[in-house]
Amino acid sequence: MKLGVVRFPGSCDEVDALLACRRFGEAEILWHRDRDLHGVDVVVLPGGFSYGDYLRVGAIARFSPVMEAVTEFARAGGPVLGICNGFQVLCEAGLLPGALLPNTGLRFLCRQVEVGVANPATAFTRACARGERLSLPVKHGAGRFHASEAELDELEAAGQIALRYAAGHNPNGSARDAAGVTNAAGNVLGLMPHPEHATDPLTGSVDGGKLFESVAQHVTEGAAVPA
Amino acid sequence: MKVRVLIRPKEGILDPQGQAVERALPALGFTGVESVHVGRLVDLEVADPACVEEMCEQLLANPLIEDYEVQVDDGGRA
Repeated sequence: MKLGVVRFPGSCDEVDALLACRRFGEAEILWHRDRDLHGVDVVVLPGGFSYGDYLRVGAIARFSPVMEAVTEFARAGGPVLGICNGFQVLCEAGLLPGALLPNTGLRFLCRQVEVGVANPATAFTRACARGERLSLPVKHGAGRFHASEAELDELEAAGQIALRYAAGHNPNGSARDAAGVTNAAGNVLGLMPHPEHATDPLTGSVDGGKLFESVAQHVTEGAAVPA
Repeated sequence: MKVRVLIRPKEGILDPQGQAVERALPALGFTGVESVHVGRLVDLEVADPACVEEMCEQLLANPLIEDYEVQVDDGGRA
């Protein structure tokens, strides 16, 4: 499996993401001006403050040249993982539903949270059991997931809210405790917690590795997900 | 032509920034303040103001969470 981590101007978690990816496969950095994805099997949009997060979080990054290739890749079923700012970029790009708003408490949050796997049948959660709890760090100022009530009902019914903050762990006021959301096909996942910061025992949790294990299975065994 | 775009959080969406300002004002002695909302203002000069609506839809605002209002300064000709 070969993973590509996109570096936007203002990204800051791309090196951690790259190192996490290398625990599970080959990985390289993709530059935001690249128009092709160097043949990677998986694309990761990392955390940070792409283009200074000017205007709105993720709003400018969505127009960078690499996003055209990422959009085409995602629409063809390629697995795409958006972490934190990457999640915000995917929402702005229309590859994921909803939007991310400033945290209810207005503070930048940096803490460990518990997240439950609500749908283990996606490209990035298939190595998890339903209801499995993952301990992952969050660090963001705008992580409050928002969609209309009707859309939230649809997302829930379709299993697109794949990861949920455990009771008492919703740090930012996200609707329906959504921590991670997928597209309808389940090949694109965006989440506010940082799995790439939870792959080394030194950091206290290796639960983030489950997402990379999942996509490795997805790439090597094919897209068919056990029901 | 000068155009001003006003962008504000959609009605009904929790606006913690507005709430924080609303709570801060009474501390300075300003009473009777309610419904404070904080938005964004974009000033631009454009050759064709007709395209500003499209700019808002595509970039300046996120229609999922924000409302926008386009004000064209036609130099008092209208």
